[in-house]
Amino acid sequence: MNLAVRDIRHNLGRFLLTCLGLALLLGVVLSMIGIYRGLVFEALTLVRAPAIDLWVVEADTRGPFAEASRIPGDTREAVARISGVLEAGSITYQSIETMHADRKLRLYLIGYELGRLGGPGNLAEGRPIARSRFEIIADRSTGLRVGERLRLGRDAFEVVGLTAGQVSSGGDPVVFVTLRDSQKLQFDLAPPAARKELARGAAALSSDIVNTVVARVSPNVSPATVAEAVRRWKHLSALTQDEQETILSRSVIERARRQIGLFTSLLLTVSTVIIALIIYTLTIDKMREIATLKLIGAPDRTIIGLIVQQALAMGVIGFAFGTTLIVSIKDYFPRRVLLQPEDALALGIVVLIVCVLASGLGVRAALKVDPAAALGG
Amino acid sequence: MAIANEQPLVQVEDVSKHFGEGQTRVDALRHVTIDVYPGQVVALLGPSGSGKTTLLNVIGCILEPSSGRLSLDGEIVYDGRWLKSDLRRLRLEKIGFIFQTHNLLPFLDNTENVAVVLTLAGFDAVKARNRAVELLDYLEVGHRKHAMPAQLSGGEAQRVAIARALANRPRIILADEPTAALDSYRAGLVMDLLRKVALDQNAAIITVTHDEKIFDRFDRIFQLRDGALENKGTGQSKALLTA
Repeated sequence: MNLAVRDIRHNLGRFLLTCLGLALLLGVVLSMIGIYRGLVFEALTLVRAPAIDLWVVEADTRGPFAEASRIPGDTREAVARISGVLEAGSITYQSIETMHADRKLRLYLIGYELGRLGGPGNLAEGRPIARSRFEIIADRSTGLRVGERLRLGRDAFEVVGLTAGQVSSGGDPVVFVTLRDSQKLQFDLAPPAARKELARGAAALSSDIVNTVVARVSPNVSPATVAEAVRRWKHLSALTQDEQETILSRSVIERARRQIGLFTSLLLTVSTVIIALIIYTLTIDKMREIATLKLIGAPDRTIIGLIVQQALAMGVIGFAFGTTLIVSIKDYFPRRVLLQPEDALALGIVVLIVCVLASGLGVRAALKVDPAAALGG
Repeated sequence: MAIANEQPLVQVEDVSKHFGEGQTRVDALRHVTIDVYPGQVVALLGPSGSGKTTLLNVIGCILEPSSGRLSLDGEIVYDGRWLKSDLRRLRLEKIGFIFQTHNLLPFLDNTENVAVVLTLAGFDAVKARNRAVELLDYLEVGHRKHAMPAQLSGGEAQRVAIARALANRPRIILADEPTAALDSYRAGLVMDLLRKVALDQNAAIITVTHDEKIFDRFDRIFQLRDGALENKGTGQSKALLTA
């Protein structure tokens, strides 16, 4: 005869309601872990998208994501000629905000050279950019459709293809345009400002500037060796792919990562306290029954079993409800919630440990209760 | 009920119990000596604070005396210190408890409430259940075996509680005001039942009570005042007693 099961069955509504509350709490914990993972994943998506080995940026900077980096557009040719480099491509990055269909659209715009490194990977829909001007590939999360036109700066661009899951470290959807279009958007002065500059005799500024040059090196050559070779040019710096990923995950999103990590820890602590209080309250409600059990000869293990089994049942059911809930709604979050089985498993184990520890308070109270408390009115 | 040649089932010898020390010392029991024989139904009587519940707790091995000797079913269990390490096991095997309010576990049905004692004693589930049903039938509440305690009347609940107290065939039954929550008719039925149990099972039943309407149902009444035994008055069955 399992007393824990009988007691749960007797108070099923209340028990399930408690489990539901716990499920919501654990769901929030799991979603925070998912948001944390999503943040890292999204940040690395951008840096991993070009599938390259080397990032060439402005000297003494850690660009193009952690710091601004501007280098001449012809740097690509110089890098491509370094021994061991298989191919290279120039890229620009910029955040841009526009209006589309009466709604604000915040985008992360990437300019790349057609046929070179840095373009979108696999397309989910449509075709790659084929013309040198005014075509755009957007991420699905923009809500744009193939064939739609989008105004960027002074020009209208036609959406020719869609990617999936391409977002910046800030969560903005990525759009790809040709390098020339992006350079004009980023570096060209507006016509009135350009006319004023010409009128005061300033030399015409070149807009052939890029933020980075990316390169793929031969499998037989270490990217670090090529990076060292690049650094010998005083006006350039070079970062390997690993270094760039470290900068992104440890620098660019560090504060957000720590913030979410701390919040998740706080939530876990709050969950522990709440679980402990729930189990303690449930135990206090049963004090007379526990005193009766002790009086009629029930050993401590029976009393402990009653409390710990209920705590574990609550943890397991709450965790299962919470996980199901978050898996069901994760796609409705504005930013990616990346749920990994190992995280869910780890949380499940933590919940079980927390339940056992939290039930300690109830067990302590139960073991202290005097059997004589069962006597009298 | 030939008592003269029988060993007492409960032997309390010169038992004292005090709480606190010095100026705060309270003598709850003072040199109390009582014997209760098989088949006897006795009452512990006295005003509030007289020590009757303390004495019941001492006999039930819930409260350790300060001095004296206690024997249960021919075995010395306390002599200056507890001589048994597992008092709960001792209670499980030798003593049945009946409470003022039935104290049935609300999450178990009536059969399970009785069977739980047997399960704790190591009976397998089927045997425990069969014995529980048998006891409920014996106490004439067999028709309510699947009901939950909340669905029972006061009298029915007290019968189920008695069935639980008898489940392990204890020879000592301690009852703490078992009729306090019942009207006089039902109180009489419960006392008849306890007497039947005492006779059928050759058990000793010790009852704490304030209930004047059942005084005449006891073989002996131990009157306590200020922790000391005042007299050994007897009820209607006194003619049967030799002690």
